[in-house]
Amino acid sequence: MPVQRDELKSAQLLTGNQAAAQAAYLCRVQAVSAYPITPQTAIIESLAEKMVKASWPHRFIKVESEHSALASMIGAAAAGARTFTATSSQGLLLMHELLHWASGSRLPIVMVNVNRGVAAPWILWSDQQDSLSQRDTGWVQIYCGTAQETLDGLVMSYKLAESVQVPVMLVLEAFTLSHTAEAVHVPDQADVDAFLPPRKARYRLDPERPQAFGAMVQPELYQKLRQKLDQDLKKCLKTWQGLNNEWQSRFHRSLGAVETFHMTPDAEAAILVSGAVAQTARYAVRRLREKGVPVGLVTVRFFRPFPSELLRTILSGVKKVAVLDRAFSWGHRGIWMESAQSSLYSLAPEKRPALFGYVLGLGGGDINPETIEGILRETLSRQKPDPETVWVGANA
Amino acid sequence: MHQFTPKDALPDGNNSGGSLQPGHLACAGCGLPPALDILRQVLGHKCVFVVPACCYTIVDGAYPFSASGVPLLHCAFETAAATAAGVKAGMETSGAGEAEVVAIAGDGGTFDIGFQALSSAAERNENILYFCYDNEAYMNTGIQKSSATPLFAWTTTTPQGDPKNRPKKDLGAIMAAHRIPYFASASLSDPADLFQKLQTAKRMRGFRMIHYLCPCPTGWKAESSQMVALARKAVECRLFPLYEIFAGERWVVTANPKPVPVDKYLEMQDRFRALTREQKEEIQREADGNWRRLTRNVLSSR
Repeated sequence: MPVQRDELKSAQLLTGNQAAAQAAYLCRVQAVSAYPITPQTAIIESLAEKMVKASWPHRFIKVESEHSALASMIGAAAAGARTFTATSSQGLLLMHELLHWASGSRLPIVMVNVNRGVAAPWILWSDQQDSLSQRDTGWVQIYCGTAQETLDGLVMSYKLAESVQVPVMLVLEAFTLSHTAEAVHVPDQADVDAFLPPRKARYRLDPERPQAFGAMVQPELYQKLRQKLDQDLKKCLKTWQGLNNEWQSRFHRSLGAVETFHMTPDAEAAILVSGAVAQTARYAVRRLREKGVPVGLVTVRFFRPFPSELLRTILSGVKKVAVLDRAFSWGHRGIWMESAQSSLYSLAPEKRPALFGYVLGLGGGDINPETIEGILRETLSRQKPDPETVWVGANA
Repeated sequence: MHQFTPKDALPDGNNSGGSLQPGHLACAGCGLPPALDILRQVLGHKCVFVVPACCYTIVDGAYPFSASGVPLLHCAFETAAATAAGVKAGMETSGAGEAEVVAIAGDGGTFDIGFQALSSAAERNENILYFCYDNEAYMNTGIQKSSATPLFAWTTTTPQGDPKNRPKKDLGAIMAAHRIPYFASASLSDPADLFQKLQTAKRMRGFRMIHYLCPCPTGWKAESSQMVALARKAVECRLFPLYEIFAGERWVVTANPKPVPVDKYLEMQDRFRALTREQKEEIQREADGNWRRLTRNVLSSR
């Protein structure tokens, strides 16, 4: 939700990256570790500068790789600290092993991933292949659309992570969000402190109470622990709803797991999007509605846990849904499409929307309002979806 | 050596006296438990162990057992130094109090896969103690070659006909080049020397490292009862000299026994059974070179 005109006095002009750094600082992070990678680097640069003035005990470990960045945060979180790291693209891929380690250890680590395409070939700009490729690592994934959502989302992420004991990855897009400045309302430290008290670790490395963490277990216990991780991840949606209500009452802004726009009963087609492109889609949908075209927008912020129940409620009875993907499960289909499809399959056939898969903007290709209008018009005009994903823009 | 008492075996880990607890899973003759016993005696209970994939992952015990008697964090193979640095930072910043954070890693996790994280933690002079127990191959996975494997030693990946034809990586020189506050080599054969070195390390701050020769009956193909004698021969023949390095500058030899030919060491182990005369001579030159480099460093640091 953008900053209102009367709030502008208390707003600051911040990029997505600056908003992330500001939020981490407001959360009084104690241990930070990161490794430079474009387009994330501005976060740790900004945070490093802020941390110099931090009044609380803190440490910024300047490691030699993203792998060590997450490893050291696993150590720090196991010792009871509130931890932060940020990365992008190849850096996130390098962390893959430790993403599993962090969630398996049930450590409330929070990280920001600034979406960037993955090599080879080298690519600098945004798509979601890096974070969506980490789908099954047991992390909560939240996709932000604005710098304000980034700031709010990061503070809320700590509270979510620490109450459910799961790691959270907050995702923002390269450049269009990470490097684009907008007016951001920055809450007072005291208000953030009231929302987010210091972390109280239920279990930590304590010489007065020696325990071994992560030791070998038998298959029965292993499977139980894995199931518990799934149960708790799914619990996050409800917890988030509570957190969002609290956030809303304190700060008068909302950041729901799913947000709808013009999803009135007359909507004949909807478009399902994530990330900063939601802002473009919002504009396109409004313009179409002004022209009398009955379309709506569904912005999905949570990728994992996937808000299946919410989407079934919202999309039940909607005839057609276009799903926008900016990442691909090679040899199959778009990654958001896959999750949407499996979630909606349990709807009764007469209530189940036809899903139209579109892939576009890989490697940061422009997605403008006209593109989205085109996709929505095409979806409305077609009887049934193509069996294959439609590649919009550049085609092989 | 510490005598076990019933108190050591308390299941709640109330083990402030300091020793490894009974019930660990090391092979008979393994060089690791005596060393960790000494480490626990020196450091007491105010410490945290950080353990990557290595024999000690298993030796400490499967859930819900742990022989360490202190908090232990299992970590990914290549992350001992990075994770330990994070634990230290986490304890300092979350008000958990003072504790020595000790990374306990094998040679694979130190010389090979954990080397990048190790180098970085050493360069940052993280305030941790890194204890590398070197059994000269990937013993936990079944005796595969590491870069700590000595010249011409048999392993399952350096079978007869395809020997390891390069010497053991010189960890001391590498760590000296990082100018860390303290580095020391140690051996199962010299417990008093290990005790002294751990006490020295305990008194210092910053990145401190012990490189401990940890004989392995399974991988070295020798009798369990011969492990102490083997470790002694390794020191005497100068394939594994005992020394300290302060701030990467001052080298001190801590044991200077009458040298014995490498043959005396090699003949005790079946991993060297198939050596040719030329290979044995080359190993002798390696031992002589170790001593020559060491004495040169000692002399130049006076």
